[in-house]
Amino acid sequence: MRKILISTALALSLGLACTSPANATVKVGFMLPYSGTYAKLGEAIENGFKLYIAEQGGKLAGQDIEYFKVDDESDPSKATENANRLIQRDKVDILVGTVHSGVALALAKAAKASNTTLIIPNAGADAITGPLCSKEIFRTSFTNWQPGYAMGEVAAKKGYKTAVTITWNYAAGKEATDGFKEGFEKGGGKVTKSLNLPFPKVEFQPLLTEIAAAKPDAVFTFFAGGGAVKFVKDYADAGLRQTIPLLGSGFLTDGTLDAQGAAAQGLLTTLHYADGLDNPKDKAFRASYIKTYPSIAPDVYAVQGYDAAQLLATGLDAVHGDAGKKAEMRAAMAGATIDSPRGTFKLSKAGNPIQDIYLREVHGTVNQVIGVAAKALADPARGCKL
Amino acid sequence: MDPVIFLIQCLNAVQYGLLLFLIASGLTLIFGIMGIINLAHGSFYMVGAYMAFALQPAVEHYLGGGFVATVAVCILLTTLLGYLLEWVFFSYLYTRDHLQQVLMTYGLILVFEELRSILVGNDVHGIAPPPWLSGSISLSDVMTYPVYRLFISAVCILVATALYLVLTRTRLGMKIRAGASNREMISSLGVNIKRLYRIVFAIGVALAALAGAIAAPVTSVYPGMGNAILIVSFVIVVIGGIGSIRGAFLAAMLVGFVATFGQVFFPQVAGMLVYLLMALILLFKPEGLFHQG
Repeated sequence: MRKILISTALALSLGLACTSPANATVKVGFMLPYSGTYAKLGEAIENGFKLYIAEQGGKLAGQDIEYFKVDDESDPSKATENANRLIQRDKVDILVGTVHSGVALALAKAAKASNTTLIIPNAGADAITGPLCSKEIFRTSFTNWQPGYAMGEVAAKKGYKTAVTITWNYAAGKEATDGFKEGFEKGGGKVTKSLNLPFPKVEFQPLLTEIAAAKPDAVFTFFAGGGAVKFVKDYADAGLRQTIPLLGSGFLTDGTLDAQGAAAQGLLTTLHYADGLDNPKDKAFRASYIKTYPSIAPDVYAVQGYDAAQLLATGLDAVHGDAGKKAEMRAAMAGATIDSPRGTFKLSKAGNPIQDIYLREVHGTVNQVIGVAAKALADPARGCKL
Repeated sequence: MDPVIFLIQCLNAVQYGLLLFLIASGLTLIFGIMGIINLAHGSFYMVGAYMAFALQPAVEHYLGGGFVATVAVCILLTTLLGYLLEWVFFSYLYTRDHLQQVLMTYGLILVFEELRSILVGNDVHGIAPPPWLSGSISLSDVMTYPVYRLFISAVCILVATALYLVLTRTRLGMKIRAGASNREMISSLGVNIKRLYRIVFAIGVALAALAGAIAAPVTSVYPGMGNAILIVSFVIVVIGGIGSIRGAFLAAMLVGFVATFGQVFFPQVAGMLVYLLMALILLFKPEGLFHQG
């Protein structure tokens, strides 16, 4: 009798185990900065992601979504360990992360090594969808090259002949200014000087003096966060705004306009998102975001998180919610058309969005769209063998 | 290099050097004279800057506003903060070894960062310079120089002179110097060394906060701003010779020039030039330029 009971119990549990894949939850691992300078960006990405899931009734392809979170602290030296917590301990099906490019590089390697699907909702390092590109890795944001190149074209079309670039001496800054140089020189301009200073130093005065001495037709810059605030103010204080136009990659004026105040008015920047886009999807997204998170304004990071969730939804729909069918899911994701608030986009072979880069002008505290700087711009994905 | 541009770069270097001196002077007092390795010095700088930002509305409401009033309130509060901190924490550290000092002051960095995050948040904020200082002087046909930067330099020179006079010409300064060279001896002569140190520490904290508050309109306030200046402050104190105000002044100027012209002429290695300078000076003068005692 006892034996029968046990075997029935075993059979029952086995039976349950067999049926479970269909009802199992999909495990999503967020590896995002929840502390430090980028904490707000991480929060916005998660908000955007969860907003999309909530709009679908809390499920994707009939599956519940279970979240696991790790604070990556924007620290590349802890990145591999943090990624493995999600991959090995929590056994997540999908990784979502991160903001900092250095951390994202390590995360991409960990995802590749463990055959885990990774969606990058911000980090713009060219290499991730360049030499390091891989079928496991997707990005819903941008490469640093994209806004830079688009601004280079804009500057050349404006008839500027010479330009000086200035940025921090690190990968993101170099990639953005290289992109600018490529676009600008293709259009007949010439970058006469590339200035840089060590990250994250903010003593710009000597370099501003160099700019004044070089007297170029325009200056292109990549700075973000506190450095962007100080640079824009110093540039105006040095009286250069009156004489030499300042152009920037969009992060120069994203989330920093309150602090930059009058010094930023009228600045031209390029990015894959802007305020005042005339498309219904963006209006719906913004209304929904403000309703769900009344205290936070929707921004480019929230859009990237939202699109990461859309990309995942496409993949899961194709395999009817079975995240175990990795190859099929990835094939569907690679071919996805994402109806993003920024405008619809598809992914390049390397997994980076082929998207419109907007030209924006600062009005008050918004980055108002004033045109498209580059239509359906694809990163050249140099070094990618996919 | 065009001579006009060269002169402007020299001005940049002097201005940067003066600001560095103001930041490092408090550390010279605390580290140099009291012998405490104070990693929290950058946090005091940050506290000053954030106070200048956060207290502005309150000061405007109760005292009628004004940048000078805000800075004055900021100095008052941070002096008090320094006095209390010394009393509650630092006074137990004089006899302990350096590792424990490092641990505690590092802990303070974390506490102050977290407090900042809770009280003010993680945003970057700009502070407008007072209207009477917001003009600028034109230096060449394309460049102007903000008056506020010159004002910072003036404040730095004022503080440097005052510090020098207090330390060398007053009774308090004499006691401080005596305390620095022999703690036991001066307390056996009937000077209350504990209170003396409390005052020195409070002054050191207030100096760092003053630097933060004065620099805030130029640097803007942002998370982690204190850590950025901590290392260069230590470099200046070490180059200048521990405990020497004169040395710190000279070292700050040297660092200002090396950093400025390094950025212009050797941008690829600009980040390490200052440390090379320190290594070179320590090679020939292991105790720094002006070692006291």
